Amino acid sequence: MIDLFQRSIFEQNLALVYFLGMCTFLAISRKLETAIGLGLALIVVQAITVPANHLIQVWLLNEGAWAWAGLPEVELTFLRFIVFIGLIAAVVQIIEMVLDRHFPALHGALGIFLPLLAVQCVILGGSLFMVERRYDFAESVVYGLSGGIGWALALVAFAAIRERLAYADMPAGLQGLGSAFIVTGLMSMGFSAFVGVRLP
Amino acid sequence: MTAQANLRHLVAPILDANPITLQILGICSALAVTTSLATSLTMSVALTVVLASSSTLISLIRNHVASSIRLIVQITIIASLVIVTDQILKAYAYEMSQRLSIFVGLIITNCVVLGRAEGFAMRNPPLPSFLDGLGNGLGYSLILMIVGFIRELFGTGALFGWPLLATVAQGGWFQPLGLMLLAPSAFFIIGFLIWTIRTLKPEQVEEPEFRVPSSGARAAP
Repeated sequence: MIDLFQRSIFEQNLALVYFLGMCTFLAISRKLETAIGLGLALIVVQAITVPANHLIQVWLLNEGAWAWAGLPEVELTFLRFIVFIGLIAAVVQIIEMVLDRHFPALHGALGIFLPLLAVQCVILGGSLFMVERRYDFAESVVYGLSGGIGWALALVAFAAIRERLAYADMPAGLQGLGSAFIVTGLMSMGFSAFVGVRLP
Repeated sequence: MTAQANLRHLVAPILDANPITLQILGICSALAVTTSLATSLTMSVALTVVLASSSTLISLIRNHVASSIRLIVQITIIASLVIVTDQILKAYAYEMSQRLSIFVGLIITNCVVLGRAEGFAMRNPPLPSFLDGLGNGLGYSLILMIVGFIRELFGTGALFGWPLLATVAQGGWFQPLGLMLLAPSAFFIIGFLIWTIRTLKPEQVEEPEFRVPSSGARAAP
């Protein structure tokens, strides 16, 4: 478990190794504060949707999941994409309403990011990886949480670098997006140094 | 709508307003599937088909959808098209669909598709929307093929799996660059590609966020 936790934060970082959520990663990283806000929102959504999608996969979509209703041969795995994206949109909406009702301050800070997360590759990607790697329920809880933390960590670190980079004197063509890609590449190289690190 | 304007919808996104290098859309999959030319090609075809057909369909129903539910409708259409694509790939090219892993499914959340649906197809008739979708798909494919070409050629010395450069392991002279097959190289290649395009087309350069005050300005009282 701890091994999976550590591995999905560093070694298999969703942003830097699997390139998920790059659009938001590059668009929201101009300011450190907004990056922290988005990172926190993502951890929450990811930690909820991955286990929830796991339950859906096991109880509704897998082959034989409908055996209790007398339909043992029904297999609905082809509906996976559409069901997952629907669930993610619903979860995001519910979180937004709960925050709005009970934690207005938190809603003020994270509110604008939540709708953005509904169509985000990291969230859907996390759920699809969970299915592809056949995690059980406990593993999917850990994976959702640590995958989110890993992505948020990469985003915050990248935003901190990029804030400094705004003052750098660089060739005009490299300004903005070009340099952002190269910095991400360097960070990705840095993270590849974590490969093989095992906690005792 | 003249033929010339239609042509413009098709050609503009390929170089002038490329979805990846200028609009920063759909980068996730562009980086992940480009370790070999074959996967890049499959992904390009899959995305172009989904994008062109989703733009057409969304444009056809654009006057019948209330704006409060348009995102849900768009995502449902895109997701259905992606499911069809995924099932076709699984049926006829199973090995390839295993190599693409989850990235076919991620076409749903690929910002190019939703971005064009929201930004163009909702406001334009079907034919220009189709051409716009096709053009953006081709622009995306172009970048994917370039990156895939560089990564496979220098990473393994082969193209489409056919050996082109004789590698050291086979008694040749070419030492494959292992880095090309790893994640960081994709970022570097796209970074340099953007640099090249913006040097050739200076109007795409972004304004710097902060300008060093020139000495003349500082000397002024």
